[in-house]
Amino acid sequence: MTTDADSPDSTPIRVLVAKPGLDGHDRGAKVVARALRDAGMEVIYTGIRQTAEMIVEAALQEDVDVVGLSSLSGAHMTLFPRVLDGLRARGLGHMIVIAGGIIPAEDAEALRAAGIAAIFGPGTSTETIVAWLRDEVPRRRAER
Amino acid sequence: MIDGVLARDRAAVARALSAIERDPAGPLAAALHRHGGRAHIVGVTGVPGAGKSTLVAALIGAWRGAGRTVGVLAVDPSSPLSGGAILGDRVRMDAGPPDDGVFIRSMANRGAAGGLALAASGAVRVLDAAGYDVVVVETVGAGQSEVEIADEAHTTVVVVPPGLGDGVQALKAGILEVADVFALNKADLPGADRAAAQIEAMLKLGHTLRDPAWQPPVVRTVATDGDGVGDLVAAIDGHAAHLRSGGGAGWRARERARAYAELRRLVVARFTADVFGEGGARPAAIEALVDALVAREIDVGEAAEGVLKARGKD
Ligand SMILES: Nc1nc2c(ncn2[C@@H]2O[C@H](COP(=O)(O)OP(=O)(O)OP(=O)(O)O)[C@@H](O)[C@H]2O)c(=O)[nH]1
Ligand SMILES: [Mg+2]
Repeated sequence: MTTDADSPDSTPIRVLVAKPGLDGHDRGAKVVARALRDAGMEVIYTGIRQTAEMIVEAALQEDVDVVGLSSLSGAHMTLFPRVLDGLRARGLGHMIVIAGGIIPAEDAEALRAAGIAAIFGPGTSTETIVAWLRDEVPRRRAER
Repeated sequence: MIDGVLARDRAAVARALSAIERDPAGPLAAALHRHGGRAHIVGVTGVPGAGKSTLVAALIGAWRGAGRTVGVLAVDPSSPLSGGAILGDRVRMDAGPPDDGVFIRSMANRGAAGGLALAASGAVRVLDAAGYDVVVVETVGAGQSEVEIADEAHTTVVVVPPGLGDGVQALKAGILEVADVFALNKADLPGADRAAAQIEAMLKLGHTLRDPAWQPPVVRTVATDGDGVGDLVAAIDGHAAHLRSGGGAGWRARERARAYAELRRLVVARFTADVFGEGGARPAAIEALVDALVAREIDVGEAAEGVLKARGKD
């Protein structure tokens, strides 16, 4: 109703936090989710044991700006590219996909080449992630 | 986008939900409004952790099994006004592989008073226009929100876990009046019998029910394994049949109540923005009245009258 609210740029950043694969630990993803919330973002949490197909569908339904993938199980090389492909196939190539968790340097390079916009390793502070998103999301929104 | 919504194109539905959340009473709402009115809108409310989302997941399964499509709006009214939110209802609902006949959307509180309810009305309008047979609105029963969701729904399901003890008594103030169906969930846990008996006793005491011709059934469910979910579907359908019986006067009354509530909220929101200004810049006339009030030159009633008189002259 306000003129402000009519521009997509003033709407809170929406982030889907997903934990693909069968990895049962999601503490790291929860810490990040809370930090993003505290920074004023809307975090849609999907929990563990999500397939790539389910993550893509949730991202579509929730119309998010960002999909955050986290994995500790080493399945990232198969699962993350599948999410990226699925998003592109559904016309969601504009969504920013970021990754967290333990990802070896050579894998990181391949994932970046595949379209993961940023990789935040285990030591990354949540402030870094928040700052990166606050910088990147408006830019992506402006491009749309 | 409108054609996409009407064709139930999921990407279009998703984008329409975003757009209508930003502007619940704009051109998109106007265009979609003409295409709505078919869905059975079911509110699901109850205390935090009662098992609402798990129960909605089970209901989705039952409805899908019967060939009905389902749109879900999972609303979190508890998020602080300016802050963000963690929306976790999907965790319980997103069980199987994606299904064309189900659409789930999470919504947080983005600010202005009444804004969430208006945004929720807008989102329901999108899901209704998209042709989902059942539109579920889940919200946690916190303060006034259960009352607001009752305005939104044709049928309101109140989910009660056992072990509330005297909490069942506490429920009655806000919730008893709005419940069309009680789901006594977690019926596998101790205390279920007692809780069911308490609800039934309160109902017998003849609290002011919204609809004197409808006695809300109390259905026991175990959302985690599906026990009683068929009965719950039957109770929800039974309420819809009740509203549609006798020429549909009950249904029309609910539709009018929904329309009235939304209209009233929108007018209040616009009026407030109009009088007090938007974005914090308060009109000088109001500032002067506040000064006079603080200086005890006028009382609050006079100040309010002054505000209403000064409206539009600033
Ligand atoms: N024993 C038992 N546990 C249940 C039942 N239904 C739900 N639960 C559990 O209760 C917890 C809360 O369930 P949710 O479905 O998230 O409850 P909710 O009411 O949606 O919670 P909020 O949205 O956070 O208010 C979960 O751990 C569920 O597995 C039930 O029938 N029996
Ligand atoms: Mg829930």
